[in-house]
Amino acid sequence: MINPGHGRGPDSGTNSDPFPAGLRVLVVDDDPTCLMILERMLMTCLYRVTKCNRAELALSLLRKNKHGFDIVISDVHMPDMDGFKLLEHVGLEMDLPVIMMSADDSKSVVLKGVTHGAVDYLIKPVRIEALKNIWQHVVRKKRNEWNVSEHSGGSIEDTGGDRDMQQPREDADNNSSSVNEGNWRSSSSRKRKEGEVDDQGDDKEDTSSLKKPRVVWSVELHQQFVAAVNQLGVDKAVPKKILEMMNVPGLTRENVASHLQKYRIYLRRLGGVSQHQGNMNHSFMTGQDPSFGPLSSLNGFDLQALAVVGQLPAQSLAQLQAAGLGRSSLIKPGMSGSPLVDQRSIFNFENPKIRFGDGHGQTINNGNKQMSLLHGVPTGMEPKQFAGSSHMRVQQQMAGMRPGQNVQSSGMMLPLADHLPRGGTSMLSSLGQQQPMFSTSVSRRSDLTGAVRNGIPETNNRVVPATHSVFNNFPADLPHNNFPLASAPGISIPVSASYQEEVNSSDAKGGSSAATAGFGNPSYDIFNDFPQQQQHNSKLNDWDMRNIGLVYSHQDTAAASAGFSTSEAYSSSSMQRKRRETDATVVTAHGQNQQPLSRSLNHLNHVFMDGGSVRVKSERVAETVTCPPATTLFHEQYHQEDLMSALLKQEGIPSADNEFDFDGYSIDNIPV
Amino acid sequence: MQRQVALIKQSLFDQGYLDEQFMELEELQDDANPNFVEEVSALYFKDSARLINNIDQALERGSFDFNRLDSYMHQFKGSSTSIGASKVKAECTKFREYCRAGNAEGCLRTFQQLKKEHSTLRKKLEHYFQLARQAGPKETARRPK
Repeated sequence: MINPGHGRGPDSGTNSDPFPAGLRVLVVDDDPTCLMILERMLMTCLYRVTKCNRAELALSLLRKNKHGFDIVISDVHMPDMDGFKLLEHVGLEMDLPVIMMSADDSKSVVLKGVTHGAVDYLIKPVRIEALKNIWQHVVRKKRNEWNVSEHSGGSIEDTGGDRDMQQPREDADNNSSSVNEGNWRSSSSRKRKEGEVDDQGDDKEDTSSLKKPRVVWSVELHQQFVAAVNQLGVDKAVPKKILEMMNVPGLTRENVASHLQKYRIYLRRLGGVSQHQGNMNHSFMTGQDPSFGPLSSLNGFDLQALAVVGQLPAQSLAQLQAAGLGRSSLIKPGMSGSPLVDQRSIFNFENPKIRFGDGHGQTINNGNKQMSLLHGVPTGMEPKQFAGSSHMRVQQQMAGMRPGQNVQSSGMMLPLADHLPRGGTSMLSSLGQQQPMFSTSVSRRSDLTGAVRNGIPETNNRVVPATHSVFNNFPADLPHNNFPLASAPGISIPVSASYQEEVNSSDAKGGSSAATAGFGNPSYDIFNDFPQQQQHNSKLNDWDMRNIGLVYSHQDTAAASAGFSTSEAYSSSSMQRKRRETDATVVTAHGQNQQPLSRSLNHLNHVFMDGGSVRVKSERVAETVTCPPATTLFHEQYHQEDLMSALLKQEGIPSADNEFDFDGYSIDNIPV
Repeated sequence: MQRQVALIKQSLFDQGYLDEQFMELEELQDDANPNFVEEVSALYFKDSARLINNIDQALERGSFDFNRLDSYMHQFKGSSTSIGASKVKAECTKFREYCRAGNAEGCLRTFQQLKKEHSTLRKKLEHYFQLARQAGPKETARRPK
């Protein structure tokens, strides 16, 4: 037999380039048999292997040699330390890609791996083919880091990188039991999160060859946009006219179009879906913060944004919404938004940790999370409107966790513009914070990343509801009612209806429509507002994420919407479980969606691991808040410029950062 | 002699004692590591003996801590899988199911079966390796694909 060493190893990559030979791998497993076999296999791949049968020992090895290893492979079940814990530590301290492995192939464990940020999950018995391609994770991670730093704007995802990564991923798919689907995208975006994102100005950088210049929808810009839309009438607003009214040099019709699309989705979510609202209310009801007052004035979006930004706003929003909706909002922050959850899930995907991680960040995160979710939704952008700046400030403080991220997160919120203005408006920053949740996945902009991480999923959920409630309930209270959006609820409702239709058509899953409506919001709520929810949410999120991935892949045009709906649907379902108060409508929606979800889940079972080594620490059920560190991990990994893009990406829609070119919709005539 | 060795190995596969994973291990063997498979097997049996002991003791105690038993068995299953011991693996799976169902009786029964399979496999492999060594290194390189 030929020496396997010759045939394997480096040949997976380039022939002339010795890489990945010499890759320094640390293998941790308490089973000596497996350890020996793995060592042999890795050596056959020409990697430099270090064996370790105890997690503690592995950690100390890593700490002593911070740069002594390129990648870590660890078993899940170990007597001295849980593999996931090790995963978290490594992610936090060393930021190395970690591959999990186990004889256990149950979905929940694989999902846990994903949420904790493992870059891959191998099922024992591990075959050498699966190991041959592990170098891709190292490359991917490095690329993400580069992308983040290269882009001043950082918001743009590294499409080029994505492309590259896709290939190795495909190989990996063939070989290993885990699949990294679309994770790499998020990873790159996540990576971006590190301060790279330049919220300010236009992020026209497109490191990847494919990226189109991105427009950062700053708070001011968004405000202008909203003003223009309101003037024209939400239903009648067309990108061309909006563009004219805004009169912003350098802004293209496409930018406006995609932003408008997001905005409409957001509106729909806010106003139309009663179901969602119910959900949202739930999450926000907690109404903890008085700061909402001002928020409520803000149109729905703002609320959400605010909500996202910090728990506070969310709560107020929820309250507002609840009040407005007249629902008994169980509002559990974060619970309500099933749709939100879904959305989040999408993002959470990457940042599961974020969701849970922030115990304290929850408040903030929740807001943040929502923010991220909101990305997709045009809403969120209104922070400016808020007098809410106070909120934002609050949130910012809260978001303190992620300094600077807020701003960025805000960016996230803006569907198109990932960069949220520098937080000029406090709201934005708060949003930004929230986004961190999403940001992890979505944060293309660095801002988001930070924020998102914390807020992650939870905030998202919350935010949404908040917006609704705020919107509906306290128009009077809020000092700012700058936006005529106040009428939005009315508008949104019809909008959502139409949206739903669209969604429905696109989304095979029946429940989508319901989900869509609430889509923006519910998901947020669900996810992560509270630890309790977190647990629940995380679980759900995980699923959602998976589904989302699936959803996306299935649909292209409507994918975006579908994706959202799916996520929503999921969120709803998850929310339902978690939430005590499940809204009947929501439930239905979820129920419908559940099915497709499970399908997707199964499908997704294998997979996805974020390329960017998402380290989501969300320990789903068991832990309420996992670790803030986890969130940080996510942040890194998940940089999504904006949620929309992220979502779209997942779906495979080649949406530019700021453009949502839903195939199904004509930009100018988006039915509202 | 070599043919005999090959036949023995083939029969192990045919009878379901070993599965493809074992073949994978053989692929890892080369001139630089001529006895890799045997070494791994030795290690496996040593380690699994320890696990069997632990489980035995746990069962004798009669307390039936299913979680702990399940955890032991998970480890056992992991190594059995890695070496390609399919019959042993099957028993592990059954045992775990009984654990999850809280069926103490089932656990005990399955465990007895498991021990039997384990020891049978061990004997067969020892015999096989012995012959293989006698037959010469060439033999080990050949795989009954």
